[in-house]
Amino acid sequence: MDHIKKKAYLINTIAVVALYLVFFVLIQTKTMNNYFVGIAIMTCIMIIMAMSLNIVAGFLGEMALGHAGFMAIGAYASASFSMALIDSGLPLPQLVILILAMIVGGIVAGIFGFLIGTPTLRLRGDYLGIVTIGFSEIIRIFFINFGPTGGAAGLKGITRLVNFHNVYWVTIIVAFLIFTLGRSKQGRAIISIREDEIAAEAAGIPTTQYKVLAFSLAAFFAGVGGALYAHYQSFLEPSKFGFMFSIEMFVIVVLGGLGSITGSIISAIVLTVLPEMLRSFAEYRLLVYSLVLIIMMIFRPQGIFGRTEFSLTAFIESLIQRKNVKKSIGGGEAS
Amino acid sequence: MTVLSAKNITMQFGGLTAVDQFNLELSANELVGLIGPNGAGKTTIFNMLTGVYVPTMGEIMLNDQSIIKKTPHEIVKLGASRTFQNIRLFKDLTALENVKIAYHNFIDYNMIQGMFRTKKYWDEEKKAQEECMKLLDIFDMGEYADTLAKNLPYGQQRKLEIARALASDPKVLMLDEPAAGMNPNETAELMETIHFIRNKFDITVLLIEHDMKLVMGICERIIVVDYGKTIAEGTPDEIKNNSDVIRAYLGD
Repeated sequence: MDHIKKKAYLINTIAVVALYLVFFVLIQTKTMNNYFVGIAIMTCIMIIMAMSLNIVAGFLGEMALGHAGFMAIGAYASASFSMALIDSGLPLPQLVILILAMIVGGIVAGIFGFLIGTPTLRLRGDYLGIVTIGFSEIIRIFFINFGPTGGAAGLKGITRLVNFHNVYWVTIIVAFLIFTLGRSKQGRAIISIREDEIAAEAAGIPTTQYKVLAFSLAAFFAGVGGALYAHYQSFLEPSKFGFMFSIEMFVIVVLGGLGSITGSIISAIVLTVLPEMLRSFAEYRLLVYSLVLIIMMIFRPQGIFGRTEFSLTAFIESLIQRKNVKKSIGGGEAS
Repeated sequence: MTVLSAKNITMQFGGLTAVDQFNLELSANELVGLIGPNGAGKTTIFNMLTGVYVPTMGEIMLNDQSIIKKTPHEIVKLGASRTFQNIRLFKDLTALENVKIAYHNFIDYNMIQGMFRTKKYWDEEKKAQEECMKLLDIFDMGEYADTLAKNLPYGQQRKLEIARALASDPKVLMLDEPAAGMNPNETAELMETIHFIRNKFDITVLLIEHDMKLVMGICERIIVVDYGKTIAEGTPDEIKNNSDVIRAYLGD
């Protein structure tokens, strides 16, 4: 790790901690009431969902429209697990239960990602999109008819383990992991498939293997997001994980820029907070929301950040530079 | 010593025989040209040798190992890599990243180490960075390391594709029309480059080319195919005066 990278790590760590402290103070002083804390938690969960979808949609470049299905699997699996664990009466701290539940949710969803990815990834583009829609509908209908998890009435009585503090740090960790994935040998292999599958194969990349890997990883993190959702809402109903929810996530990723993690984060924040802010204009809400999307797609079809990442270090450096330029101009005038 | 050999390979697409009983023997460190009129089946032969197509009949051996029914990436690992007739770079990635992707098999860390950035990740990435930069420098492309592949000049794109093919450390390098679309100066430069990499990396080069100046200038041996059959084989001088070749190109 060289000097510049160490500096970047330091700056980003400071920024993340500072942001956390701001929220911490706001919550402690009750400046942010429960309603806003709730929005913040949902935003964090949507950020995780968008980033995980970005692995398939952005890195691998495939249209996956069934992300809600993986989220549902993660949510139900983790909720069943944590309920069983709490019933068993083991004296575990809440955080440990949550972490275990997230891992279980992630792994179960990841296994389903693997099982579904293996046969369907022979398809490309819109065909894959249709298959993934079909798959997520199967999941939804399965849960509607599955007695042990409450069926259509929903799963009640999940212990609420998620608060803003743990969801924030989980989001940061997931963001870090997906970011580093994109810059590792495995991430490069996945991205090369997006760029040109035939060339990737000719460059020695086992493309099928990496496609399945990308699909499973995306499902894993979607499962983690689902686990957080389950332990925040403390109630799950299958109808939430419908087709529109998958589309919503896909819209977030496209708007943020396919392949850009920071883009996904920003766009998840905007698209989760915006509908809440527009709540007072109830009847115009969907209109404004759609208009924002249309305007965005006309003027910036590649998304907010395109394929690039927002870099805090570069941003700070450009600020310093601008200041210096101003100073030197000012100095020139004085002399 | 034979590095790559093909025995009686045949490729049929439905009723059409694109390649008929083709034979090939490449010795170590040889520079061989494969020429023929349009539609003669040269690229089909390439695709069979690199695993894109599975021959209908015949046997292909790479370093004494059969590569029939092996996938392209397995064949790359066994030591044969290629470039494409129409350049296929990873357009939205930098030149360095293009090379690093092909260097994939020599980077040794798993996904968990990569995602958590352990010491092994940094060591291996540093090694990869240095090796790939070295490779770009060999092609005088060090200054373009951070340029997106799509923004490179045409000649540099061709070179980058060769550099990428070399990153997987092949024994046999197959170039599919490397001079296509190049002007005479660029072609001359390319000739030098091909000669140079053959000696520098000690590899066997098989190339398809339409530019006769290039083929006659650098190939030690030339194989001429027409309608999927070998019609002549020999040194450039022999080929130039071969009546079958002249007939294939110019007609009776």
